[in-house]
Amino acid sequence: MAAAVQSRSAAPRRAGTRGRPLRPGPRNSGSSRRTTRWRPCGAKPERELLMWEALREATDEEMERDPTVLVMGEDVGHYGGSYKVTYDLYKKYGEMRLLDTPIAENSFAGMGIGAAMTGLRPVIEGMNMGFLLLAFNQISNNCGMLHYTSGGQYKVPVVIRGPGGVGRQLGAEHSQRLESYFQSIPGVQLVACSTARNSKALLKAAIRSDNPVIFFEHVLLYNVKGPVGGKDEVQELNRAEVVREGTDITILCYSRMRYVSMQAVGDLVTQGYDPEVIDLISLKPFDLETIYNSLKKTRRVLIVEECMKTGGIGASLSSTISENFIDELDHEVVRLSSQDVPTAYAHELEAATIVQPEQVVEAVHRICGESAVPA
Amino acid sequence: MMMAGAATTGSKAQLVLSGTSRPGAASADRKRTTPGHHVVGTRTGSSVGTRRSPAASAAKGSAGSSRKVVSVASVDSNSKSQKASPPNGSDKVVFDPSFKVDKDAAKAMYVDMLRGRNFEDMCAQMYYRGKMFGFVHLYNGQEAVSTGVIGAMRSDDYVCSTYRDHVHAVSKGVPMGKVMAELFGKKDGICRGQGGSMHMFSAEHNFLGGFAFIGEGIPVGAGAAFQARYRRDVLGDESADQVCASFFGDGTCNNGAFYETLNMASLYKLPCLFVVENNKWAIGMAHDRSTAPSMGDKEPYIYKKGPAFGMPGVLVDGMDVMAVRKVAEEAIARARRGDGPTLIECETYRYRGHSLADPDELRKAEEKEAYAKRDPIPKFRDFMIKQGLATEKEVKEWEKQVEEEVDEAVEFADASPRPGKEQLLENVFADPSGFGISADGGSQSPNFP
Repeated sequence: MAAAVQSRSAAPRRAGTRGRPLRPGPRNSGSSRRTTRWRPCGAKPERELLMWEALREATDEEMERDPTVLVMGEDVGHYGGSYKVTYDLYKKYGEMRLLDTPIAENSFAGMGIGAAMTGLRPVIEGMNMGFLLLAFNQISNNCGMLHYTSGGQYKVPVVIRGPGGVGRQLGAEHSQRLESYFQSIPGVQLVACSTARNSKALLKAAIRSDNPVIFFEHVLLYNVKGPVGGKDEVQELNRAEVVREGTDITILCYSRMRYVSMQAVGDLVTQGYDPEVIDLISLKPFDLETIYNSLKKTRRVLIVEECMKTGGIGASLSSTISENFIDELDHEVVRLSSQDVPTAYAHELEAATIVQPEQVVEAVHRICGESAVPA
Repeated sequence: MMMAGAATTGSKAQLVLSGTSRPGAASADRKRTTPGHHVVGTRTGSSVGTRRSPAASAAKGSAGSSRKVVSVASVDSNSKSQKASPPNGSDKVVFDPSFKVDKDAAKAMYVDMLRGRNFEDMCAQMYYRGKMFGFVHLYNGQEAVSTGVIGAMRSDDYVCSTYRDHVHAVSKGVPMGKVMAELFGKKDGICRGQGGSMHMFSAEHNFLGGFAFIGEGIPVGAGAAFQARYRRDVLGDESADQVCASFFGDGTCNNGAFYETLNMASLYKLPCLFVVENNKWAIGMAHDRSTAPSMGDKEPYIYKKGPAFGMPGVLVDGMDVMAVRKVAEEAIARARRGDGPTLIECETYRYRGHSLADPDELRKAEEKEAYAKRDPIPKFRDFMIKQGLATEKEVKEWEKQVEEEVDEAVEFADASPRPGKEQLLENVFADPSGFGISADGGSQSPNFP
């Protein structure tokens, strides 16, 4: 059901490309999907939206396309979603399709799962991803397991979405990164969006997928603006995005760390480095093909993530890379992750908990040597 | 934006939350005024919301003939049962002689209970012979609940169970052989050997599971009920009047998922039944040691929590299949016409331990003997014969047929092949692309040199 239609991302002009549009990205064999596209001058500019608007548009389009799609969660109806992702949709689709639930994550997640088993396609919103800790029982046992323990009889086509990540002094409990907690659950698929374009295209694909997909948004990215695709643009859920091509080092990141990495890249390029930046997008399964194609070139890998060092996404990605591609590496895989501490309220402590661009720059220096080296 | 009227069909269905029924529904489900004053033990579909204390209805004899309310039976049997039965609340629904079943229904009920009992006894045998392993929780003694409720449902209705699910599955129509093969861990098991005793699923029979953690299935059942409502009110499918019955135990009624789901089911008027199989024990924890009584009560009563969440609560003699069937029929009809959920507490007992691994040392012999005397199967057998619903000869014939059916189930399970390793990665995902699993379940390395 997650059909990959040709993605038409425009080639963004990023710092460090020395004024040239990016070359088209690597082609996956047999797939017609491209990550970037060279546009002729004078092409009509694409429509731009903020990420929350893009997510809203994705939800709206999918609900229109398929009447079994509904959204359920706290304040998704009248309030329009705490981050406006379902703003005013209840006026168009009614209160059963934008179901305002009581504050009972475990049970409304379970209710969504029961509805999915019997033919509907719920999008379950966690007002903050952290709240889904309350729903861990349902997500692990029922979302993840039922297709298997029922011998394939019941599928659970739910999308569980919501904002996570460290915001602006929101305190420890509202600053959690649950992707690493969920990644071990057998039977769930994990996706992290990062731009207006990919958030819309991925959410559409996630809703159409028959797998249970946990869809990670970031609290600080809802106002990121960018071009978005049309009604038919869906993006493969299990493919990474090449954000910037390069030759010196492969930087693997996701969600807000994409921007942190690209900010560091701005400095690195002026210093003569040529990093390749890949946005993982798919946290489970990892797109090892795209990663391999990159590190074959660069022979160095730096993982930049927002989850904790212990047991994080980077931990399992690093082992996977080392196990599979040790012969292609000139340097051990380096992980930049958040500190293993609850996120403090004070600004300085919060800033010290997560990865900052300076750390990325310093890590590239360390891995590549003090000056840029050819691959 | 909430319209206090009938739900509209089509994509703009508004959620009807006040006490009104679907257009055209026969019942007059009047707005309840003060919650908590609702008479427990009444089925509300035909109630006009008048409040009577149980004592009053007992004094006045059976509930007024103009109402189809069933609280207690006639005065005589009520006073007898109040002396004879344990103090479980004066408004317990017991056998009502005015509730009749015909011969076919009686046969179906008896045979179904017998199938459940014989199946579970065979499970115990097979377990001790090393044919099944792990945690196996048997249902002996509780058959009246499964038969009483599930037998009153349609095949397109849903049932959601717990780890004590063999008999629920069999009552719902899952072939005995497939359940037994699942218990043996064989390929022809209803879940291909991947679920086991605690995870029986059958999409064909709308059996939603099989859950190992208590309370985990309750919201799932509510989700199926929500789906039925959605199909009717949003998708405009007039035939979507399915109901879902969720079964769970007394221990579960202290769990958050229970209360959260009661609230949502009431709020959204979901067509479901919450059937509590109160067998008084949660492994070794007696119900009254884990559950606080409500104010004014000496013992905890689960059914009384229904009205606190906006639905009727009924206490019924779970050792009497006729009493259960009567309550179930009313609750199912209430759900089906759109009047919302019902909480049914069945006072029942399991004759075996919590599981086959439980030494069952805490329950007293007197308690077990008292409940053994109330065994639902011989009780109904005698009732049928006395009422002329069946002859001795017929009953013996059915008993023999059931034994044969169970033997055939074991043969089927024995003959079924064991799953091979190639089955390991199958069914992890509905869409396995990208996970290194090929469509036929084999492991598939990504394309690397």
